[in-house]
Amino acid sequence: MAQAHAAHDGSHGSYSSYLIGFVLAVILTVASFAAVMTHALSPGMALAALTVLAVVQIVVHLVFFLHLNTSSEQSWNLMCFIFAAASVIVIIGGTIFIMHDTAINMMSR
Amino acid sequence: MLGKLSLSAIPLDVPILVGTFLGVAVIGLAVLGAVTYYGKWGYLWRDWLTTVDHKRLAVMYIILAIVMLFRGFADAIMMRTQLALAYKGNPGYLPPHHYDQIFSAHGTIMIFFMAMAFMTGLMNLVVPLQIGARDVAFPFLNSLSFYMTLVGALLINISLFIGEFAQCGWLVYPPLSEMQFSPGVGVDYYIWAVQISGVGTLLTGVNFFTTIVKMRAPGMGWMQMPVFTWTAFCTTVLIMVSFPVLTVTLALLSLDRYLGMHFFTNDAGGNVMLYLSMIWTWGHPEVYILVIPAFGVFSEVTATFSQKPLFGYKTMVYATCSIMVLSFVVWVHHFFTMGAGANVNTFFGIMTMIIAVPTGVKIFNWLFTMYKGRVEFTAPMHWTLGFMITFSIGGMTGVMMAMPAADWILHNSLFLIAHFHNVIIGGVYFGYIAGMGFWFPKAFGFKLNEAWGKRAFWCWFVGFYLAFIPLYVLGLEGMTRRMNHYDNPDWYPWMLVAEVGAIVIALGIVCQLTQLYVSIRDRNLPENLDLTGDPWNGRTLEWSISSPPPAYNFAVIPDIHGLDTFHTEKQLGLKAHGKPLAPIHMPKNTSAGVFIGLFSFILGFASIWYIWWLAAIGLIGIVATMILRSADRDVDYYVPVSEIEHNEEVYSRRIAAAQAAE
Repeated sequence: MAQAHAAHDGSHGSYSSYLIGFVLAVILTVASFAAVMTHALSPGMALAALTVLAVVQIVVHLVFFLHLNTSSEQSWNLMCFIFAAASVIVIIGGTIFIMHDTAINMMSR
Repeated sequence: MLGKLSLSAIPLDVPILVGTFLGVAVIGLAVLGAVTYYGKWGYLWRDWLTTVDHKRLAVMYIILAIVMLFRGFADAIMMRTQLALAYKGNPGYLPPHHYDQIFSAHGTIMIFFMAMAFMTGLMNLVVPLQIGARDVAFPFLNSLSFYMTLVGALLINISLFIGEFAQCGWLVYPPLSEMQFSPGVGVDYYIWAVQISGVGTLLTGVNFFTTIVKMRAPGMGWMQMPVFTWTAFCTTVLIMVSFPVLTVTLALLSLDRYLGMHFFTNDAGGNVMLYLSMIWTWGHPEVYILVIPAFGVFSEVTATFSQKPLFGYKTMVYATCSIMVLSFVVWVHHFFTMGAGANVNTFFGIMTMIIAVPTGVKIFNWLFTMYKGRVEFTAPMHWTLGFMITFSIGGMTGVMMAMPAADWILHNSLFLIAHFHNVIIGGVYFGYIAGMGFWFPKAFGFKLNEAWGKRAFWCWFVGFYLAFIPLYVLGLEGMTRRMNHYDNPDWYPWMLVAEVGAIVIALGIVCQLTQLYVSIRDRNLPENLDLTGDPWNGRTLEWSISSPPPAYNFAVIPDIHGLDTFHTEKQLGLKAHGKPLAPIHMPKNTSAGVFIGLFSFILGFASIWYIWWLAAIGLIGIVATMILRSADRDVDYYVPVSEIEHNEEVYSRRIAAAQAAE
């Protein structure tokens, strides 16, 4: 009904916020490539570094490009996002926990 | 040209199915003939099939649920009869191939097409009325959801007469459900029926979540929402999180079956155990999707018929939310025996036991609501009391099985079957029937017959104990589920008792049908008519409007000042509103849902039988209908003030007539 067609409201960000986001994204991307291509880190450490950089990258994109923040007009988006993230962590993390433990216990891998 | 489909797919050699087909054909032709004879096709099409009105969709959902209840119950009593006969030398009357299809169909139909449809029906009827909304957030999607559910139900029932149904249980565990062991179309029927209806359920979840978040009447904060709406809210959250998991799991199984992939096969790196984990990641929240709205119904029924506010409203809300969250971290208790180590089983065992705490809180809240209330023992109240006793027993056996060590003995035994029927019949089914009796006058403007309702309750209540307590005993004696034949003399008498129980439940269903017939026959008797729209001295907003409500529900959107505002204002003798009427913006009916349903049916049926040209037609039809619907700008209209005034006048005359009669 009528409410469903509510116009886009809320901030679309400023020139400087996009610039900050872009610079951060570039730094994180370069750092990721560097972590792998310079061979400065052991494979295990590189994997860990990539994971951390990827998570930070997600947060940068969410905050600077998708304008997710703690303001009141974004509170529902933020809550839904946190809930979705928690569900995904429970489902995927739980599945890994179960399958890993089962594989060890049953010596199936 | 016709894929796997040929005349040999029709099971003419099974007399039970031929007889069933003749029965269905006769009833179907009689219904179609009656509609034609009375010239009601236009009415049916305009006012029901193309409707986007949540109240009418609710009625159609519940009719579907009742029809599916017959189908599912027919399966149940056939299984019980087989096991009452198939002892020692007697093979019974159902060969294993047929019997395996029956237990698979029974579970699938009862969960997906009886319970889910009933739950969605109740939510459709009640939620918008309780929050003071004029419709749901996306009325067309609501109609589409119904047709997706209907198509799933049709596919599963067509499998009776064309081809076969799955023979590997209601969750089609691989590797049995893989092409290697189930080369027939049974599992494909299951996959397509569940996938298509799953789309409908997911859309319902999104729709009602948005409705509850966005469309509450002004002043209705979260803690002023009626409890049923709260439970519906938690259910929609569970639907949105868990149903995508089901879709993905079955999609991976389809890839195995259709494209020869190896997600869950025995060989080539497939992992059968991953399927168990994934399907129960959906499957456990699913049972809470069903039972949480039933808790909401009991809360409304208990408070109304005890003439008291619900005891501990806030604890009820918090308990519901904790159950919602906890239901996501317990799924391993369905497969403790799979082979995970002690860490996993202990964690999930303890989490499962913790669920008993918020559920216990609820039971005490209902008991304290009744305490010192003026309890009216109506039929819905009977179902509620029956629930409290039965569900407590089911909950306790649940906590027993939450101990992994005990579950090692009880897993897949009839003890488990008794446990989950104990909570699903005693919790879900009793709740939905209580809800149907409670809100029936709101939907139709007359009450259900009390005497027949109570008879139905007693038959179900007694029948349940006769049918399932023996199963607890049999489980402890070591009888496993899904057994076609046995020769243990200790089991035989218990199976006979269970058969008697099933027959008593059948009598309960007969009573329910009689109740419907008698209620419709006597609908114009003054004691049955609901002229005021408030037959039970209700507490929530749905009782503030006429029964049945006009299409737009509320002539004026009410202002909410607290919990149970309607009841408070009634007590104080305040007139609900004096605001001026304005034209009401409403959605127009649409046939797009019907056509998308039709094309989905074609897509599903063709894919089951590998008729790829027909599947392409179905898919193109769905997309084309969607595009046409999206391009249609003529989707809404305004109800003029004169029409609203007229309806309001009729309503106030009915209230005056009811007051004069008193």
